[in-house]
Amino acid sequence: MMRRLRHTALGLFALLALALSAGPARAQALVADLSDHFIAITTGFIGTDVLLFGAIEGEGDVVVVLRGPSGRELVRRKSRVAGIFVNDKDMAFANVPTFYSVSSNRPLGEILSPNVRMRHEIGFDTLRFTPEQTADAADLPLADTFRQALIRNKQRADLYVEDPGKVVFLGARLFRTRVYFPSNLPTGSYTADVYLVRGGAVISAQSTPLVVSKVGFGAEVYDFAYNWPMAYGALAVLLALLAGWLAALLFRRT
Amino acid sequence: MDIYLPIAEISENVFVLLALGGGVGFLSGLFGVGGGFLTTPLLIFIGIPPAVAVATGANQTLAASVSGTIAHFRRGNVDFKMGGILVAGGIVGSVFGVWLFGLLRALGQLELAISFAYVVLLGSLGPLMIIESWRAMRRQGATGLPQRKLHQHTWLHGLPLKMRFPKSRLYVSALLPLGLGFVVGILSAIMGVGGGFIMVPAMIYLIGMPTLVVIGTSLFQIIFVTANVTFLQATQNQTVDVLLALILLAGAVIGAEFGTRFSAKLRGEQLRALLGVIILAVGLKIFVDLFLPPLDLYSLAFAP
Repeated sequence: MMRRLRHTALGLFALLALALSAGPARAQALVADLSDHFIAITTGFIGTDVLLFGAIEGEGDVVVVLRGPSGRELVRRKSRVAGIFVNDKDMAFANVPTFYSVSSNRPLGEILSPNVRMRHEIGFDTLRFTPEQTADAADLPLADTFRQALIRNKQRADLYVEDPGKVVFLGARLFRTRVYFPSNLPTGSYTADVYLVRGGAVISAQSTPLVVSKVGFGAEVYDFAYNWPMAYGALAVLLALLAGWLAALLFRRT
Repeated sequence: MDIYLPIAEISENVFVLLALGGGVGFLSGLFGVGGGFLTTPLLIFIGIPPAVAVATGANQTLAASVSGTIAHFRRGNVDFKMGGILVAGGIVGSVFGVWLFGLLRALGQLELAISFAYVVLLGSLGPLMIIESWRAMRRQGATGLPQRKLHQHTWLHGLPLKMRFPKSRLYVSALLPLGLGFVVGILSAIMGVGGGFIMVPAMIYLIGMPTLVVIGTSLFQIIFVTANVTFLQATQNQTVDVLLALILLAGAVIGAEFGTRFSAKLRGEQLRALLGVIILAVGLKIFVDLFLPPLDLYSLAFAP
């Protein structure tokens, strides 16, 4: 798998280099692609690396943002009650990316101003998710604590990653980065946004889609369980009865 | 070799799961218990989400109880009238239990409730078994048999709705097995256990059933109740992982076979004391975990 990945990447690199050197002076400022546009979560899925590579025209820095589908997240807080840790408060956030990874060739602060980062949502602090309107959410410091906790938990699950220095240049024009997708990866449509930055401004950007989907036996079990819960429940009961009966036959003592 | 569990939505090592199933199966073969009360906490220890561990535990207990029930049915050790009433109570109890499970999950208190239930049950069961077997071991040194009346009449025997149970040679209130079935049904839904470890002593000491029909009748009840819990958890909470249950069962079948063979070489009282120690240790671990500060006070919850 990794070898195949490396081979295609190398091939594409060569092609890119050729195209850029042979082409006329009006080449695109930024070209990038992913080694895979589809991640299949199979029964043997233990996480995977996807290679993002490309070339730039002229000077500049590269920032790569990978973003998963957005959804609702519920954050719970534990407090000590009579010595025991109990969930006592929660806050829901809407529009939270399930997956979010930023990599760049230099620290973000050196490349982009806060305003530009804010506009393109580059960096954890610029993500625009907000708490659902409740009395607690009006307490801004409290809401911010919950927001930080959300990001921290996502980071611990390898679902939020900020990695300056992960984008590597080969010579002046070719770059590549490797994005790790862990085994607890949420499914859906992802986008890989690549930004070419010069003098603190984004001068070129490119967006590439990536689909994460469960396939094979595991996917069918999951779909079955959620789409036909009654049939799944009945099947689970029958399967257990059958398996128990078979086991009894197998080791029947006479 | 890792395998992605479709409902738990995480990868686990197949051999760890087989060993877990095998270990609990070995104990269940050794002691003649269902083992659900060990499977569920161990699944939680290795990182399976508690909601999935409980529902899948019930599914696995169902499979593991089938062979035992067949054996007791053949020998005619099932009191169907008593069993039927236990099942009726169990169905109502498990419907209520699965509803309570969903409610606690939405409130964010499910994991705490599961831990509490395990601490109370394992924490009382373990010491009881140790004391009981210690007494039995001492008694063997002394002369004479323990003195116990054939029929001890308590207020429980004054309850209304009295019924005859010819198989058990009893005339007791139907409310007793109905109530017992109800309680065990709730436990089955919230803890993912069959509940034999509660039902068997209750049937002997509370209802006064003869020991011979107790195991068969409790297994009969467990089959229906765990089947109902599996079905309801699958339809209402989508927490039954069939793949996980089958892997555990494969390990359990092999483990139970070895356990049964090994049990012939050990004495009953020592076995019971050993099981008591294991149960107490698991209960203590869950109890201590309640007081340990978590890695992070904040966590991401299951959001519907």
